[in-house]
Amino acid sequence: MTDTLRQVKRSNRRWQWIILVIVGLVILLVPFPAQAKVPGEKFFHIDARRFEYDPAILKVNPGDRVTIELQATDVVHGLAIDGYDLETTADPGKTARLTFVASRQGTFRFQCTATCGNMHPFMTGKLEVGQNTLLWRAIVLTGLVFAAAVWMGRK
Amino acid sequence: MTRMQEIPWVEKIPLHEQEVQIQERLQRPGRLNLYQLTWLRPLIESRWPQLILRVATLSGFVFTIAVGLFGSLVGSHNFAIIFVWIAWWTALKLVFIPFGGRSWCSICPIPLPGDWLQQGGVYQPGQHRFGMNLRWPKRFRGSWIQSGAFLLIGLFSAVTLTSPQVTGWVLLAIFGLAMGLSLVFEKRSFCTYLCPIGGFSGMYAQTSPVEVRIIEKDVCIQHDVKSCYQACPWGLYPVAFQDSSACGLCMECLRACPSDNLALNLRPFGTDLGRPKLSSRLDESFLALVMLGSVVTFAAVFIGPWGWLKSAAFEVGSLPWIGYALAYLVLNLLLLPAIFFAAVWTGEKLSTKNFSLKRAISTQAQVLLPLGLMAWIAFTVSFVLPKLHLVVSVLNDPFGWGWQLLGLNEINRMASILGISASLQVGLLLVGFFWSVSVSRKISTQNSKKPQRLNLPVVAFNLLFTLAMLWLLVG
Repeated sequence: MTDTLRQVKRSNRRWQWIILVIVGLVILLVPFPAQAKVPGEKFFHIDARRFEYDPAILKVNPGDRVTIELQATDVVHGLAIDGYDLETTADPGKTARLTFVASRQGTFRFQCTATCGNMHPFMTGKLEVGQNTLLWRAIVLTGLVFAAAVWMGRK
Repeated sequence: MTRMQEIPWVEKIPLHEQEVQIQERLQRPGRLNLYQLTWLRPLIESRWPQLILRVATLSGFVFTIAVGLFGSLVGSHNFAIIFVWIAWWTALKLVFIPFGGRSWCSICPIPLPGDWLQQGGVYQPGQHRFGMNLRWPKRFRGSWIQSGAFLLIGLFSAVTLTSPQVTGWVLLAIFGLAMGLSLVFEKRSFCTYLCPIGGFSGMYAQTSPVEVRIIEKDVCIQHDVKSCYQACPWGLYPVAFQDSSACGLCMECLRACPSDNLALNLRPFGTDLGRPKLSSRLDESFLALVMLGSVVTFAAVFIGPWGWLKSAAFEVGSLPWIGYALAYLVLNLLLLPAIFFAAVWTGEKLSTKNFSLKRAISTQAQVLLPLGLMAWIAFTVSFVLPKLHLVVSVLNDPFGWGWQLLGLNEINRMASILGISASLQVGLLLVGFFWSVSVSRKISTQNSKKPQRLNLPVVAFNLLFTLAMLWLLVG
């Protein structure tokens, strides 16, 4: 292989890397199209029993005013939402309420805050506010790495 | 552990392949021999710093067993649960393995009493040694039993991770087993063939930036006594090191070498990966797949919002638990191996006509390691960050008896860290996938004299695994 050919190959490889990084940055930074949904009121009644919330997945739109009514059906259970700094506790057979505006977009875990048994630390649920843009960006980036692997892995 | 004359690459691998790999290892740039650093050398040469750390971990281990057995029955209020499954398990995956390979093994308390009995001394070998010093049975060698032990952990994980008494008994049983086996079998048989954490650490140690290696091969060959081999509590001969999976970084070989011909190298991450495997062992590939299957299962059970799954994993012996156990075993013993083996076969078939499937599987399994390690770290981030405040809580009150050792009345959840954990997990998984693709590419360019096609089915397998983990962790 001549030196010129080697240089051309090296230059091509550098350009491939630059394009890959630019496309990756675009995927990471480009804003998602806003959803044209008018914020409204959302109400959820959640039955909390040992290690389980029912329903465990709550879907709301950004800006919605959300009310969660937590009912503990066996022992004391709590509910704290990551990223929202909200917390409440319900005694057995009783209900407790949380009301807030879903101002932050994304997927947030909520978990039990009152020790309710062995699996208490893992009693979790999900609050989905609008699109999970993080997940979609991650999926597209993973696809980009795969596409790059296919491209660079040609014989 | 393998006696020198039984090391497979010495016996069976063609000479030219051995030479190429040895030269490659010896001449590879980007190494810094830490043993030559004047400030660090005395700390490695003397056994005292290591002994102090070992005594500290052994004391902590005995205390953990006591707290597990006699402390609060509530896991989140018990030192044993929080320190073993939150603090230590996190430190192992986030610090010890990624940055130090098997460095935990060098201070692990579990084999210590057995080691001391075997060598007849605590600080250094003594006159009166105990134990039958038998060879480990040949048919039980490899990491098959370690994979089985890890599967057992997975089957009972929900109970072991949450019940202090079960954790206490499990630790005590492991401790007794390690000591008992060291009195029957030679060297570190328990660590090499049984310990599931040893299997986990050893496998992912190949990605780490630390290695013990010889400096000049000729010096070793001319040395008749092989003092490094005699001194190694693991029964390893450093000249034969193909990767860092077996070395426990105890530093005894460096201390024993009269020619100063051993190095403790700092090297680029993942240096061991991407070379064609010289052996056709499937046990390591199987262990790598068990780790992938286990992390997916643990993420679903412990982080997912499915309460029925948590209950099924916890209620050992019930019908739902039997269903959980069957699903877990089918995933690990059938589904993942079948898909991966099919992917390797398809990829190799498309690339070349003449290949050994076992050797191809063994080689391609390296692609699973960076992604597997990153998946474990990403899982740990979401598993541990919300519970880190409990570490302070149990230091304040280890037994859960209402003590106030640190004078802390209430310890708040660490909500502020949670904001970044999802992005961190995504970043870790992407790095893992990218790294795996790089290893795959390295294998394809080094697999023979002619560059091969990338094994795309194997990369696709990793892609599916990455997507599954993304969905479980941030979906």
